[in-house]
Amino acid sequence: MLYREAGQFKTSYAKDQAIFPIRQDRILMAILIAIAVLGVPALASEYFLETIFVPFLIFALAAIGLNILTGYCGQLSLGTGGFMACGAFFAYKLATAFPELHLVIIFLLSGLGTALVGAAFGLPSLRIKGFYLAVATLAAQFFLVWMFNKFDWWTNYSASGVISAPPREVVPGFFLTGNDASAVTKYLFLVCFVALMALIAKNLVRGRFGRSWMAIRDMDIAAEIIGIRPLWAKLSAFAVSSFYIGVAGALWAFVYTGSVEALAFQIDRSFQVLFMVIIGGLGSILGSFLGAAFIVLLPILLNNGMLAIDPTISTALVSHIEFMIFGALIVLFLIVEPHGLARLWQIGKEKLRLWPFPH
Amino acid sequence: MTAATLERPAPPAQSDASDAPAPTPRRNFSEELLKVEDISLSFGGVKALTNISFDIRKHEIRAIIGPNGAGKSSMLNVINGFYHPQVGCITYKGQTRSQMRPHEAAKTGIARTFQNIALFKGMSTLDNIMTGRLLKMRRNFLWQALYWGPALKEELEHREKVEAIIDFLEIQAIRKTPVGRLPYGLQKRVELGRALAMEPDLLLLDEPMAGMNVEEKEDMCRFILDVNDEFGTTIALIEHDMGVVMDISDRVVVLDYGRLLADGTPDEVRANQQVIDAYLGVSHD
Repeated sequence: MLYREAGQFKTSYAKDQAIFPIRQDRILMAILIAIAVLGVPALASEYFLETIFVPFLIFALAAIGLNILTGYCGQLSLGTGGFMACGAFFAYKLATAFPELHLVIIFLLSGLGTALVGAAFGLPSLRIKGFYLAVATLAAQFFLVWMFNKFDWWTNYSASGVISAPPREVVPGFFLTGNDASAVTKYLFLVCFVALMALIAKNLVRGRFGRSWMAIRDMDIAAEIIGIRPLWAKLSAFAVSSFYIGVAGALWAFVYTGSVEALAFQIDRSFQVLFMVIIGGLGSILGSFLGAAFIVLLPILLNNGMLAIDPTISTALVSHIEFMIFGALIVLFLIVEPHGLARLWQIGKEKLRLWPFPH
Repeated sequence: MTAATLERPAPPAQSDASDAPAPTPRRNFSEELLKVEDISLSFGGVKALTNISFDIRKHEIRAIIGPNGAGKSSMLNVINGFYHPQVGCITYKGQTRSQMRPHEAAKTGIARTFQNIALFKGMSTLDNIMTGRLLKMRRNFLWQALYWGPALKEELEHREKVEAIIDFLEIQAIRKTPVGRLPYGLQKRVELGRALAMEPDLLLLDEPMAGMNVEEKEDMCRFILDVNDEFGTTIALIEHDMGVVMDISDRVVVLDYGRLLADGTPDEVRANQQVIDAYLGVSHD
């Protein structure tokens, strides 16, 4: 009853091509943004902001990046961790070499650097496809982490190999990095930043670039026939994807953990982001958020849930049970809806249109 | 007969292609659009095409027929640069070259459809046809990222052109449907739409009517003739339905075992003894 587009007539193609062409969606989105900007910082504790919302937003950004490459362009990649490391170390080098640069510029520049690296490692995609490409991107993963670990120059010759983000303000008076940074500042900055980046990603995938990526994904022969150059389509997907992942890596090191070593970006990080994309939904920006939420939030919810049921339970047991339930849930979700949470949402919306009169 | 056909000043009389008597060639064509000379193509030891020469003239409907495995699809693949022949040359729009490249072919106005539908299954009908206009879109990355100003204006201009094609093909109702969910006949129609969106000078159709029922075939014939008449597009098509071929094409090339068997108007080809032998078989005693 509530969710129906009856009576909403579009009188121009521009209106028809809006991201949320249905009024109810726009209202829902406005409410969500209001909650995210006003409600969450007011209600959530410091602990929740730091340990749940901040990593969720950063992972969502990384998932958007991988989704552009794997979901939209169909190129399977296992190099996400390596590219996040790129972003983190580039940002560290930039921040320490040019102390006067603004943080946002540092993040964007390190993203650009990662984009170049990503495009270079994307070159094999012109020759190899599918699982073989995934194996080739493993090279990026291992090489990059090894490089950041091996050469002290990247860590400014620190003995431990750990990089620590220098304290910086995002707007005068509000520290985003360092010990003086408050959780609310971090959260609000990330909400705005990630929302903006997501909007740009959405714009790209619904325009010329997105169509050529999807054409390559769905039928590369036909794409070539209508004049899409596989070289440019694939490399631009690698570059844009790596840009997002690089920025996410920089945010991870600077805003979330504050100090990090190269080993934090090993292959399991790549898998983590890949699972987010698969569970959230390949080829969907919304799915990247849903997948990140699922992977970040669920373990914490399970953990707290079990402790709430039985406070005397041992922590080792909790983490074992958590793994089991988490794994089972992933399998269950993929059986119920192999196309991910975004597709589930889509089906839900279609059902809701008819509800409560299914005929 | 639909309203769209009736509104036109001079509706083509051949709309119901399957039962009407064969019309005489409608126009005279003189200007050459594409000429292939001496094309030979082999895959390892298999000779797919041997010394094929023929031309396609501006504004005509050129049919390529022949039994299965005769090399018809290979010929189309050579024309739009998918296969590179070992011998021979292709002259297109006055420019001679030994081989085409797919990207070049697309840029110079050659579009095609495939025998096995090659649509982008994950995208909607609208998006599929919009991809046909990718080459004509110019706005750079930054404008695209903003989806505003010139980029939005460009997007809307192309949307309007695409909507005209959607109207023309009478597929308004499935505009937003993912093409993977569409029935076969409609998918063929969307594929034609995608090729038309490129505003081609030469349209290559690989079995546009394969696997269709009579009604769908009639629709498709109507679209092909209308495209030819209204947009002035030159069409080369491969088809197995002889009734359709003889009715709508201006000239016919017959291939068999990679060789050119006959080339002429439908009536000439129909009377050619070699063609009859190839199709009906000939006794070897």
